[in-house]
Amino acid sequence: MSLTIEDVRKIAQLARIKLTPEEEKRHAVTISSVLEFVKTLNEIDTADVEPTAQVTGLEDVVREDLARDCEYKKELLSQMPVVSGDLLKVPAVFSDSEDVI
Amino acid sequence: MLLNELTLKEAQAGLREKKFTSVDLTQACLHRIKERNPQLNAFITVCEKTALEEAKKADELFAKNEAQPLTGIPFSVKDAICTAGVLSTGAAKILENYTPPFDATVIKKIRSQGAVLIGKNNCDAFGHGASNENSMFGPVKNPVNLDKVAGGSSGGSAAAVADNMCIFAIAEDTGGSIRQPASFCGVVGLRPSYGRNSRFGIMPMASSFDTVGPMTKTVEDMSIVMKAIAGQDPLDATTVPDSVSDYTGELSGDIKGLRVGIPKEYFDTAGIDEEVRMLCEKQIKELENQGAKIVDVSLPMTKYAVATYYVLVPSEVSSNFGRLDGVRYGVRSPEDNLFDVYAKSREIGFPEEVKRRILIGTYALSAGYYDAYYKKAQQVRTLIRRDFDRVFSEVDVLLTPTSPFPAFGLGEKASDPIALYLADIFVSPASSAGIPGISVPSGVTKAGLPVGVQIMGPRLSEGLIMKVANKIIKK
Repeated sequence: MSLTIEDVRKIAQLARIKLTPEEEKRHAVTISSVLEFVKTLNEIDTADVEPTAQVTGLEDVVREDLARDCEYKKELLSQMPVVSGDLLKVPAVFSDSEDVI
Repeated sequence: MLLNELTLKEAQAGLREKKFTSVDLTQACLHRIKERNPQLNAFITVCEKTALEEAKKADELFAKNEAQPLTGIPFSVKDAICTAGVLSTGAAKILENYTPPFDATVIKKIRSQGAVLIGKNNCDAFGHGASNENSMFGPVKNPVNLDKVAGGSSGGSAAAVADNMCIFAIAEDTGGSIRQPASFCGVVGLRPSYGRNSRFGIMPMASSFDTVGPMTKTVEDMSIVMKAIAGQDPLDATTVPDSVSDYTGELSGDIKGLRVGIPKEYFDTAGIDEEVRMLCEKQIKELENQGAKIVDVSLPMTKYAVATYYVLVPSEVSSNFGRLDGVRYGVRSPEDNLFDVYAKSREIGFPEEVKRRILIGTYALSAGYYDAYYKKAQQVRTLIRRDFDRVFSEVDVLLTPTSPFPAFGLGEKASDPIALYLADIFVSPASSAGIPGISVPSGVTKAGLPVGVQIMGPRLSEGLIMKVANKIIKK
């Protein structure tokens, strides 16, 4: 499996990461080699083998559905990059750059 | 002997017998950090002021006879683990300004005993690496030889313990990140069974693999710290309800008749260092002399473990790292539109290896490739688990090298991700199976580099593997 630079750009777009042209080139080579390496798994017959998603065997771990106060509201707000009062400020989700608050 | 060179057990005794105070002990560690950190780069943050305050409080507890096992003991924490009020960067620029308001559960347990948080250890960014060269705060150097890597991802923690900058450390092991640097630096490192210790407050890498464990100077110290941190946590639904053993008590007694499995795949691997093999074989003889029964076993899936790991882990990473987007905390690149905020914050905030793994995972999980990569690897993970299940019906524990080679040179494997991934060949199988493994120093090569031996056991056999590790002879 060999990835082209176009493939890398498309994945990076999906992953929301900007890459420099040099990074795109390097990732095309290194990711292709990783995909080639993991192909060794195809040597194994896994027909009828259940996939493993977790190893503890625990199921349906629940707690009582009770509302809890946040102990750290002030501290969490202090970690936010941009705030307006008690609100987190972000660029508008559905508009062009002119509408950014 | 300097106070910072004491083991946890010795430090406990000295504090209890009032031979010295926690302030003395803390100052000795801080002094060592000042002296050595400029060369080793094992710490991202040193808590000089708060550590001394905490030490004073600990001394008051001793004065009031209210001390607990970890009271007054200086410890350090991997920077990918949240510590209340102390910068926790994950060794990545995207969190270079992040101060969590809470402690991870394991840290809370330790600090509630009055232990002294002395600083935060450098690591591969968010745990991505096996050499500690993927830190955005520079690589950690091996205290034994400054031209060599400390191992990774918890290289700073291993170096800090090995170089006596703290009494013990808390780190994280997803695919070998505690055990491999422990072996490179010559300290004891335990990856617990998945679910034994709470993951709450750990910066998640691959949630079905991540574990939190101690790095210590001796196996006995390990048993003390494990006793303090293990157990179910309502804040981590994957922790198991099984009761926590008296690990220190379990260390005593002999190993007569204990069945120790030697998996041939771990010794036949191409590229295994001859001195590493010889030091392990010496330990096998040693255990046999102590009455253990040595049994040759086979784990045929071993050679597929790294490939399995490098499909599943990047997949989980690509999902987990969605939260690191510059929106709610950490560093935000000031862009005009939301897409650019995400893409630019992640561009400047992550090192290349983190980006590579997110991209691999995004690809592996994307439509049309899911079955070929992710599901296939999940199925092989089942076969890896079955390998161990079968073998543990024949033997009680397994003994292997922790790493095929001792610490390698800085920069030696930096440009070839697969060469670096293969450094995890002996540590990633236990990670996939969710079983515990401990790396214990077992001598040094002719060049003076430490070599670790790994003992693995069935799920929740921490007490047993520590007992066997305690029989390993250091020199």
